[in-house]
Amino acid sequence: MITRLEDKELKRQSRRQLLKLAPVAALGVFAFPRVSDRLVAAGVRFSDWASGALFRSRHPAQTFSNSDVVPFAKFPYNGYDVLDPEVDFEKWTLTVEGDVQHPGEYTLAQIQGLPKLNQNTRHVCVEGWDVVGAFGGTPISNFLALVGANTGARFLEVECADDYYESIDMASALHPQSLLCYEMYGQPLDRGHGAPLRLQMPTKLGYKQAKYLDTIRITNVLKPGKTGYWEDQGYSWFGGL
Amino acid sequence: MSNEEEKKQPDPPPDRAADAEAGAVEGTVAKLETVAAEAVAAEAAPIQPAAKIEELALVRAAYEHPLPIRITHWVNAISLFVLVTSGLRIFRAFPSFGPKIPEKVLLDIPKSLTLGGWLGGALQWHFTFMWLFAVSGVVYVVYQIVSGHYRTMLFTPRDIPGVWPMARHYFFFGPKPPATGQYNPLQKLAYTSAILFGALALLTGIVLYKPAQFSWLAFLFGGFHLTRVWHFAAMCGFLAFIPGHLIMVVLHGWANFYSMLSGWKREPEYQE
Repeated sequence: MITRLEDKELKRQSRRQLLKLAPVAALGVFAFPRVSDRLVAAGVRFSDWASGALFRSRHPAQTFSNSDVVPFAKFPYNGYDVLDPEVDFEKWTLTVEGDVQHPGEYTLAQIQGLPKLNQNTRHVCVEGWDVVGAFGGTPISNFLALVGANTGARFLEVECADDYYESIDMASALHPQSLLCYEMYGQPLDRGHGAPLRLQMPTKLGYKQAKYLDTIRITNVLKPGKTGYWEDQGYSWFGGL
Repeated sequence: MSNEEEKKQPDPPPDRAADAEAGAVEGTVAKLETVAAEAVAAEAAPIQPAAKIEELALVRAAYEHPLPIRITHWVNAISLFVLVTSGLRIFRAFPSFGPKIPEKVLLDIPKSLTLGGWLGGALQWHFTFMWLFAVSGVVYVVYQIVSGHYRTMLFTPRDIPGVWPMARHYFFFGPKPPATGQYNPLQKLAYTSAILFGALALLTGIVLYKPAQFSWLAFLFGGFHLTRVWHFAAMCGFLAFIPGHLIMVVLHGWANFYSMLSGWKREPEYQE
């Protein structure tokens, strides 16, 4: 709609309207790396908070028929360091610590004695690729019941034979599809995929699914800078799908 | 009467009424007429409106972009810059739409065009600005609908016949079609497409961020794999829109650019 107004008045109105836009210039702080580093880290923390709030603890991730599963040879080996930390299977036990009634050492046979779940689910890497694989293990919730874990605690921490470490929220740990996984494609987990025991959670990104498990700890507090190998370098802690 | 006249100004400064009361003669025609009418009614010493109007050089102007549009435009522009550059860095981590084994590199994007330094850094930028982009985009669309302002820019079937003459003018030196409204049909097509690219980017982004929680949305886009393709396609749409948009802004000069900052456009090229 065209109006006619005096030049001085137009300039005055334009200036006034321009000033109202000034708050947008605040985004300029992102141009300073020292500030932007902290702001984008805060952005990820906010995203993680929203992800936790959005997470539906009973909503299943998609499962697939056997024909949709990629051949075992096309399931990538991915590790941050070595693919074989040379775990001694004969001596291996899982150490359980923290807010549990029965802390101590647990054998693979004890874990395999718990009800087993086989699932064909999508493994999504933070890099963007994904593969549908076949996994077998026992739901983490079964094991937590066995050791008398306080499932009202906030976190499940794990340490691995290759110095990798991870932590996940209790809601995700208790998700019915979150496994202590000891089988892939109907075979015992091989060393490259995390033998003898790994986490397998179709509601989490790949880097959350720690391999070569050594210790599980139930806790309410995560040490800052010790929340997960990649998370401590900047990846999202929640890492949920 | 004075109030009614003032309503025609889209965004009257709050002190206008006070000015009018003080009898200030400066201002718009409307104001002058008001003053003149009051003077005549009071049979006071005559002010000659005609003479006054000649003395004041009046400028044709239009308040084209309300404040919410301008704010969301610039927040979206900044967000898009961040999302595209950080998105390209994320894509570099797995530059393919196929399987991981064997991995076929589709595009080797130069690192210099990307933001974030590494995958984790780029994800931090992406996960921060996705919120700004989403909120700003939703505010923009809701404002367009509620205010009715969308009528100036929404591409409708009636605009179809005008697209080719405008494209011929821009790209093949054809005659310039007369300007009928704030935006020509080609502009409407471009702006409406940009909104659709934004909606596509946002919805596919939700799927890529939370494919398990929004499995129904993933299904709508044809699964996780195809959603990644659509998300990339939305970016390509923006990469097609933005250079054309910027070239047009440069060609149309300062007054046109300044209108997206101040809302006001001096001497608009259209009538009405």
